[in-house]
Amino acid sequence: MELTTQIGGTVTDGLAYLGALASLGGRAAYYTFVAPFQGKPLRLERAISQAMQTGVRALPILSLITFFIGLILALQSAYELRKFGALNYVASAVAISMTRELGPLITAIVVIGRSGSAFAAEIATMKVTEEIDALETMAINPIRFLVTPKFLAMIVMLPCLTIWANSMGILGGALFGVAQADFTWTRYIRASLDALFLRDIVSGLIKSIMFGITITAVGCHEGLSTGAGAEQVGRSTTRAVVVSIFLVILVDLVFTALFFFMSER
Amino acid sequence: MEQSNNPALESQAMISLRNLRVSYGEREILHGINFDVMRGETLVILGGSGSGKSTLLRTLVGLEKPNSGEIWLKGKNIAAISDAEMDEIRKKIGMSFQGGALFGSMTVGENVALPLREHTKLEDSTIEIILRLKLDQVGLSGFENYMPSQLSGGMKKRAAVARALAMDPEILFFDEPSAGLDPIIAAGVDELILDLKKAFRMTIIVVTHELASAFLIADRMVLIDKGNVVALGSTEEMRSSAQPRVRQFLDRIAEPEVSQELDYLQMLTEDNRRPSR
Repeated sequence: MELTTQIGGTVTDGLAYLGALASLGGRAAYYTFVAPFQGKPLRLERAISQAMQTGVRALPILSLITFFIGLILALQSAYELRKFGALNYVASAVAISMTRELGPLITAIVVIGRSGSAFAAEIATMKVTEEIDALETMAINPIRFLVTPKFLAMIVMLPCLTIWANSMGILGGALFGVAQADFTWTRYIRASLDALFLRDIVSGLIKSIMFGITITAVGCHEGLSTGAGAEQVGRSTTRAVVVSIFLVILVDLVFTALFFFMSER
Repeated sequence: MEQSNNPALESQAMISLRNLRVSYGEREILHGINFDVMRGETLVILGGSGSGKSTLLRTLVGLEKPNSGEIWLKGKNIAAISDAEMDEIRKKIGMSFQGGALFGSMTVGENVALPLREHTKLEDSTIEIILRLKLDQVGLSGFENYMPSQLSGGMKKRAAVARALAMDPEILFFDEPSAGLDPIIAAGVDELILDLKKAFRMTIIVVTHELASAFLIADRMVLIDKGNVVALGSTEEMRSSAQPRVRQFLDRIAEPEVSQELDYLQMLTEDNRRPSR
């Protein structure tokens, strides 16, 4: 009895949390797509500076990480493939697993670490120092002012980052291909492109947009629901990272399953 | 029909509170507050920590929703209006927060100009002029390109006042204007409030527990204790009041010890006996 009550409680809490995220996303969508036609212009410059912060500044570290991931993928698949003398399949193995899965996922993880945590910390600090209250007393909606530009920036930047991550991953694989598997650079790249279908790339990009929405919703929600005091800012930031990673994996599972059953026919 | 029961019309009241009750969750903080704020007066809301005075202020600017009761402000009961209507009223009020609440990622100038950029269609050059004017009024000319983190506590408060003044409000709210400031800087902020009062005949509501500052700036005072209005009157009436709670607050008398000496002794000895058992 005790156990069922606990499970029930956890499930309701989880659903309430998802509901809060959806409501936040819904309100941000309203301010992005509906409010501009009602005379409340979109603050594009804030979205652009946010995109600069979450997107462009993430490029160096993301490039390095995905290059290594591509290299690791090549090594791991070669370990199995060389038993069959099929080392020339390394290119397609790397290309497909990068674009369908690891490109979007690794990008999301890097962005959670850099931006999801920053969103939560920024908004939580503003809450603690009464800046959110100040916005409200100035008749400026905090969702419109703070959350909407973040959503906009993330929805645009995450797919862009993912495309970049895919290419860097393939490049990492190519390093192995050239050094160990008798590929030339051009032959490796051509083999990768031949292995890819448009739907591999598109399915990865759709996932990355969903990841962007998830990360922003969690980061902003954790920031807005922070308690009083500096200690709470740290707690919200940690929660934002942990919950984001969990939900990104969950969204990944749902969409991967969806794409799997869609391509079965 | 809305106007017939609007008490603000019967007098010169700018704000009228009628039986206002506010709770956080289960706990009721304000137990039925009634008073009026007159047009052009400076009203100081006095009260100790936990008296509910900050909650009262937050309710007046619409940050907390009351459970019951009415708040008549500019002819509207803000306890029962839509968010859009509340936003219209908020454009006519200014609020200076305890810590300033300036946006750390923007310069002082951008902070002050923010309400103008959000709510008006003024040219940048016009906003620039208003910005200089407001900063001049609070004695911060030439600081528009500083970041809030580069300002001292007193300057932050002044910048916050400039931002609150940006939209030429009819009512100005202050939350603990002298909290955390040394006496000289605090006197400067009091001076600023007096200047604003003289210059604009603005309705000013100040929440504070600083007595010296309260008696300097107030026309009338309200003493809040445990969520109730204990006393309301002019500074002279307050000073000469014989009401015990008012006297206790004004004469800074500590709360009498609840426990008797004997109980206290017993508690001490009981604690000491326990390990020897």
